Amino acid sequence: MASSNKPVVWALFAAGGTLAAFVLPAIIFSLTLGVGLGWIPLESLSYERTVAGLQSPFAKLAVIAVVVLILWHAAHRLRITAHDLGVYADGLVMLICYGIAALGSIAAFIVLLGL
Amino acid sequence: MTRRPYIRPVRRYSWWLSQPRYVRYMLREVSAVFIGSYTLMLIVGLLRLSQGPAAYESFLNAVQSTAGVTLSLISFIFALYHSVTWFGVTPKAMPLRMGGKAVPPAIIVGAHWLVWAIASLLILLWVGV
Repeated sequence: MASSNKPVVWALFAAGGTLAAFVLPAIIFSLTLGVGLGWIPLESLSYERTVAGLQSPFAKLAVIAVVVLILWHAAHRLRITAHDLGVYADGLVMLICYGIAALGSIAAFIVLLGL
Repeated sequence: MTRRPYIRPVRRYSWWLSQPRYVRYMLREVSAVFIGSYTLMLIVGLLRLSQGPAAYESFLNAVQSTAGVTLSLISFIFALYHSVTWFGVTPKAMPLRMGGKAVPPAIIVGAHWLVWAIASLLILLWVGV
């Protein structure tokens, strides 16, 4: 059987898509939309509270999982969609999509470790 | 003998505008633009948080600006649309059989929404709404 990296790429895409489907609406609502609309008190996102909330290893792990998997999901879906939209330069598209996802993931990892 | 096979003309860039279900497909795919950019925005927030209270304050102000709220709202709608479409295909992607019988698709989709509701509640409680 020919070896291929497709199963790995797709498994990460599916994991990120599933995670996004379950948690992203609530994340958007509780972290920005609800606060912006004035439905959620701003104090819940105060500097002290947010830093304190991100101290535990569990919280760091949860945030990094959400960021890495969802970024990968979006990157992979955009790569495939670029082809659907008539952009056939897959090498370049791959570099841009996966590159941004990788840089974002690394940045989040470094920042979380330093908090 | 020359062959002249019929090649159905397909518009390379705008084929998806020709049918409503293609448009819905494209909306589902484009959700990744907003899901990805929102996640990047959260990383910027983490970065600002690590730079201290003043930097974090200016990030929170940007989030509450009209542009920030509008982007959040669009991202929220696309994120919800992603959930709807993602849960909608699970009975096809992961058909389930119990006791030799296929579990009805509505049960599988419904179970996902139930878990979604619990997860959403836990996230809201964790953030401290």
